[in-house]
Amino acid sequence: MSAQHPRTIELEVATPGVDAQGRPVRVPVPAPAGLPAEPDLGGEHLLVNLGPQHPATHGVLRLVVELDGETVIRVIPHIGYLHSGFEKLGEYRHYNQIIPLTDRTDYLSPMANNVCLAMAVEQLMGITITPRCTVLRVIACEMSRIISHLVWLGTTSIDLGAFTPFLWAFQERERIYNLQEQWTGARLTTSLTRVGGMLADIPNGFVENLREFTRTFPKTLEEIDRVLTRNAVWAGRTQGIGVMTAEEAINYSLSGPMLRASGVPWDLRKDQPYLGYETYDFEVPVGEHGDVFDRYLVRLEECHQANRILAQALDRLPDGPINVDDPRVILPPKSRAMSDMEAMIYHFKQVMEGVKAPVGETYCGIENPKGELGYYFVSDGTAKPVRWRIRPPSFINLAAISKMAEGHLLSDLIAINASVDIVMGEIDR
Amino acid sequence: MKRVLETKEIAGESPNWLLTRFDDLVNWARANSLWPMPFGTACCAIEFMATAASRYDLARFGMERQSFSPRQADVLICAGRLPFKLAPVIRRIYDQMPQPKWVISMGACASSGGIFDNYAMVQGIDTIVPVDVYVPGCPPRPEGLLYGILLLHKKIKGESLVIPGLRDEQSLGPTGLRLPPREIDELSEPFGNSVHQTRSA
Amino acid sequence: MNPSAEGLRATFGDAIGRVVEARGETTVFVAAARLLDIMRWLQTAPDQLYNYLVDVTAVEYRDRERPLEVVYQLRSLSRRANLRVKVELDPRGELAVDSVTPLWAGANWLEREVYDMFGIVFAGHPDLRRILMWETYAEGHPLRKDFPLRGRFSRSEQVRQALNANPEANYSLEELSIAEAYGEIPSDMRDRLRRGERGDVGGVE
Repeated sequence: MSAQHPRTIELEVATPGVDAQGRPVRVPVPAPAGLPAEPDLGGEHLLVNLGPQHPATHGVLRLVVELDGETVIRVIPHIGYLHSGFEKLGEYRHYNQIIPLTDRTDYLSPMANNVCLAMAVEQLMGITITPRCTVLRVIACEMSRIISHLVWLGTTSIDLGAFTPFLWAFQERERIYNLQEQWTGARLTTSLTRVGGMLADIPNGFVENLREFTRTFPKTLEEIDRVLTRNAVWAGRTQGIGVMTAEEAINYSLSGPMLRASGVPWDLRKDQPYLGYETYDFEVPVGEHGDVFDRYLVRLEECHQANRILAQALDRLPDGPINVDDPRVILPPKSRAMSDMEAMIYHFKQVMEGVKAPVGETYCGIENPKGELGYYFVSDGTAKPVRWRIRPPSFINLAAISKMAEGHLLSDLIAINASVDIVMGEIDR
Repeated sequence: MKRVLETKEIAGESPNWLLTRFDDLVNWARANSLWPMPFGTACCAIEFMATAASRYDLARFGMERQSFSPRQADVLICAGRLPFKLAPVIRRIYDQMPQPKWVISMGACASSGGIFDNYAMVQGIDTIVPVDVYVPGCPPRPEGLLYGILLLHKKIKGESLVIPGLRDEQSLGPTGLRLPPREIDELSEPFGNSVHQTRSA
Repeated sequence: MNPSAEGLRATFGDAIGRVVEARGETTVFVAAARLLDIMRWLQTAPDQLYNYLVDVTAVEYRDRERPLEVVYQLRSLSRRANLRVKVELDPRGELAVDSVTPLWAGANWLEREVYDMFGIVFAGHPDLRRILMWETYAEGHPLRKDFPLRGRFSRSEQVRQALNANPEANYSLEELSIAEAYGEIPSDMRDRLRRGERGDVGGVE
């Protein structure tokens, strides 16, 4: 909220003054265009509180909306209702112990977070993973992309009045959940990766089941497409709503489908590739208008592309070990740890002391379904990080909502809020 | 803490045959149409949504009408972790629900604070609202939540209209807390492995 | 050496401290006093063009002698280049640095979070108040190393403070300004604000 307009509203109470510590004080309130200068309008504007408990806010988000009739003059988001102290907790955990924490930040795409964390720590420690592990991680990331976008599709449809796509989307999610459960034992909190490798190799039948999924998934997407895309209500409620131009999107540090729908062709998988994404054949959908409809189209197409990547990854899955062959980083097999003294000592040291990272820092960003998820680690040579920073894509994307919603109607605000694709666990951490 | 259980006859109010039949009817009606108030915060909310979706289907238990308005809800399902910033919100929503109301604490974080034993997290919603059923899990599988709901059905069917004070409003005490401070501190103490994990490096 | 680091040294001379290159990433330490100029140069200079702010955060080390660092991760989309800029702050001194929100609007919430978690004040920020904790949070700044993991107050006191905040604490001063302008604040709320009380529970243990 830059103070470009000269009008301020004087609050006629004694407010805590500005002190040397800069404690929060009254903020000059800029006048939106078209409003008269005198503040004695007496009841023409409404201050409405949306949330934090509200079916349409996708988690515990609170929006305080200043309304002129149905038109949104200003929206002030309040977050922090799910603040769980992740970054503080990370300072008291070994690097492998942080992996279960990452499931719970963006709980709609847990495997992608696990992969990002393992990549960040491996970057910090200078470990190169095996080829099979690389392809498996790509599979994990793309599966996560699909389930995250399916939740988005389902919940956005509910917000805009269409209930059935929610059920279709969640039915497809159940199929991915079955695969996740086969692989990791858990439907949602997968904790899939370890530093230097994975929790476990894929079980028998996984490849066939996933291939079957990639074969039938596009049909569901086409059903959803048929119901929504050319629907007059859907198009009417989403086209031209919540527009962000490309320059604004870059300036607000948006990422992911929010950025691409505004016409900026930036995708970390193509522009700063990792995990061998430059060797896969896929397209990145880029929008034109930067409105809610474009974001919907971008995410729908990303599901198709993710499906395509999955099929390619399954074809090229190499044999070999999934874990790096370094006993200081990877736990030895239990049978060896019980019989061989050296293996037992390695096992003991890793479990009791954790794996020490070299002194230094690193930032690792990947293309999460919501945007650019980044983990920034600072290490002082011990097994627990000095600082673990999560660069949350939804947090930064949500900050732009006050820009996007001004001048729209209240029901458009719901559509815009849905289009940001937020997950409060990641925003509040 | 040892507690001595006392049984006493409620003079003039022992249930007769008519009353027990009426109890059965009322409890059956209440149990089979529990409208949930899904206070979904985090990952457990996603599993709750999966339970409500077509694979596991809450509709067969009469719970498909999820009321996001507490005024029309029967059971508050706290699905997910509860930070201190959200504490007054859940208390207010609980207070807004009319009797009869029940609370299901879904997941480890709602039941005890879960893995979040830190400055930001309420260590169990039972420090704030009275809980009827705790469903453990991180997150609990949909079958787990359904088992918790069935346990609640069982609990409801064991209620009776003659039990005094069962359906009274339990508001916060004069200290502003539901339980005595010492009991809250005791409930929130770390236990098990989390005692050892607070050392930094 | 990274061309951006060379360009910075050439343009700003003494304001640039040490440059660390490791793991393919470049970190440049800059003086706090010239931060805005340096950032503006990095954003607009034709061979720099760091138009995308990836992240703003802060780091406090376990070694109490080391300064606090405010870390900016920058990216040039057209050049596909990343850069990390750090400002060091003396933990015993005043924790203040200029805000870069005039340059990148995305810094708004990121800097609010750094203020909330570390207590670092960003001069020139349009709306610096807590973002993750509630505005009248009394225990301190959570990510500082002297802040214990479980907080400073006892659990029952934390619950009590959370439950008993006044309604004014739920609204920012900007929102209260709006309501006041249209005459909507209840009189008891107005009285409490006049007395300077915003969600203050009193009786801190």
